[in-house]
Amino acid sequence: MFTPKRTTAIFLSLLLGACANAAEDSPRLGTPISEAQLQGWDLIVAPDGSGLPAGSGTAAQGQLVYEQKCASCHGMQGEGMPGVPALAGGSPIGTPPLMTVGSYWPHASTLFDYVRRAMPPLAPKSLTDTEVYQVTAYVLHLHNIVERDFVLDRNSLPTVQMPNGGNFIDRSQVQR
Amino acid sequence: MNDNNKSDVERMQLHEELKSDSVAGNGLINRRHLLGLGLAGAGSLVAGNVLAADAGLVIPAWSKTPGRELSGYGSPSHFANAISRIAPSPNSISPGTGASRTPLHLLQGTITPNSLHFERHHSGIPDIDPAQHRLVLHGMVRQPLSFSYEDLLAYPQISRAYFLECSGNSGANSAPTASDNSAGGIHGLLSCSEWTGVRLSTLLEEAGVTPGASWISCTGADAASLGRSVPLNKALNDVIIALYQNGEPIRPEQGYPMRLFVPGWEGNVSVKWLTQIKVTDAPANFRDETSRYTELLPDGRALQFTYPMGVKSLITSPSGQMTLQRRGLHEVTGLAWSGSGAIRRVEISADGGRTWADAHIEPNQQELTLTRFRLPWLWEGGEAILQSRATDTAGNVQPARAAWVANYSPANRYHYNGIQSWAVSAQGEVKNVYA
Ligand code: HEC
Repeated sequence: MFTPKRTTAIFLSLLLGACANAAEDSPRLGTPISEAQLQGWDLIVAPDGSGLPAGSGTAAQGQLVYEQKCASCHGMQGEGMPGVPALAGGSPIGTPPLMTVGSYWPHASTLFDYVRRAMPPLAPKSLTDTEVYQVTAYVLHLHNIVERDFVLDRNSLPTVQMPNGGNFIDRSQVQR
Repeated sequence: MNDNNKSDVERMQLHEELKSDSVAGNGLINRRHLLGLGLAGAGSLVAGNVLAADAGLVIPAWSKTPGRELSGYGSPSHFANAISRIAPSPNSISPGTGASRTPLHLLQGTITPNSLHFERHHSGIPDIDPAQHRLVLHGMVRQPLSFSYEDLLAYPQISRAYFLECSGNSGANSAPTASDNSAGGIHGLLSCSEWTGVRLSTLLEEAGVTPGASWISCTGADAASLGRSVPLNKALNDVIIALYQNGEPIRPEQGYPMRLFVPGWEGNVSVKWLTQIKVTDAPANFRDETSRYTELLPDGRALQFTYPMGVKSLITSPSGQMTLQRRGLHEVTGLAWSGSGAIRRVEISADGGRTWADAHIEPNQQELTLTRFRLPWLWEGGEAILQSRATDTAGNVQPARAAWVANYSPANRYHYNGIQSWAVSAQGEVKNVYA
């Protein structure tokens, strides 16, 4: 049986959600930490440019990095090979469809973010931020997205227009 | 009454009775009716019995000598230890990258043993010392916090059985030709465990989410530092930091010492080796939510952040690469699940979808977990196409393969949930087909 009073209480606790309920029995053991302590540890770079470090680079500078550290797997022109994705060329509506950084990715920030955290696979996080800017510029240049001397930095990177940028449909709030 | 004493006449009568009680074409039988008859009697209907009537039983050797000593961490019987994950040979370019599958067709019930839980890694399995591992919660919060493994163990925990399915599971069946493979080989990027852990909402409350926040960006401590974004409303709802799997600390392959667990959603968002949760007002658009795990449509546009796994089912027995060893009654059984609720109904067809019968499922199915279904089937040596079709509590119905294929670009391999068809030949051989 629900008395009106209890119903109100239940309704309120539903409104406040799990947070309020959990708070009561939480031992609250988290150790305070500052964003400054996460410098160099937090590698997340978002499309608005947040998280981009200082530094800059051009495709011209990135060619050497690419040829030394990437081309053996991804190919001189970013064409890829069996087991390694192509980075340039192709089209999502080609026959067969080919989705690459150049033809498919909606944001340039993702390239910086991914290369810095995960590439090259046998030595991830070994590139300096400058090298990441340079090689990012070079991969974009392979698909003619930026010029050879375009300076990529924390201000210019969010302005890079990706060819396929408008073709993603956000389904994050769709209930099924 | 001993089966072997049944006269041929009795057998024929039973047989006719069963056929008259069919619930759908090509041999599907009403289960309640069968229970009334007694399964033992019905089981030997057509083929007779394996035990020769005149062979007397002898007491086996293992009943005459004490068995082996106790053990620490147990292992399966050596008669049953051929059951293992379906793993490819290591990728020569980056050996830790790839997937191994759960052998669904060799298992029963709904819970996956920890050693058989599917794996999908993007840069190998890190060997993490829990004493040095940290989970950092920061971004749009009043007070950024760092938690040790010890800290989290002291928090209130909850336990729930949830399925985990890779977004790319069953993707092989979206290819133009049907591959000759087993149920586990095709659909084994699916497992189900009891997951125990701390509610993420508890930790978010402690840090104090600030107004305007709407997403979290999560990363793992593996070499790929895999990242995924999750909307804050889901994060506050039922997401946990999982510490235990089927009662023991989660395995290294599953993210030891801790993983994000996002119930019902594509497996990739349940970030393993979880080390960072950054509260934000927009998704990070990581590589694994842009380049990968997006679904290409026929017109070249793509669906992004398609999180819940679609309603789906498959028959695990009889299934691909099995051979029916005898005519007579078989139990058709399989698994059903949905990322949008509980399973309400599973139908089975033995004639390629012309007629359907409701399979038996236990009442009061839980949400976001695996449901086991069963239905008796009388196989008399004819050809058949076995299919199952699930409906969830949100009213979603599993689509036919052709309907699914029509929705996407031929390049899309994600979120395949079309109906699985297993063809049974007159010789009893079972094969993956598109029907
Ligand atoms: C040892 C071979 C190898 C080297 C060297 C290598 N990569 Fe990769 N790269 C891969 C593989 C394999 C993948 C796919 C990883 C996966 O799917 O998890 C990949 C993925 C990528 C992707 C994502 C592609 C996509 O379509 O999602 C980018 C971008 C990338 N690499 C850039 C680079 C850059 C830049 C370098 C040089 C700094 C580099 N890679 C060096 C093997 C390599």
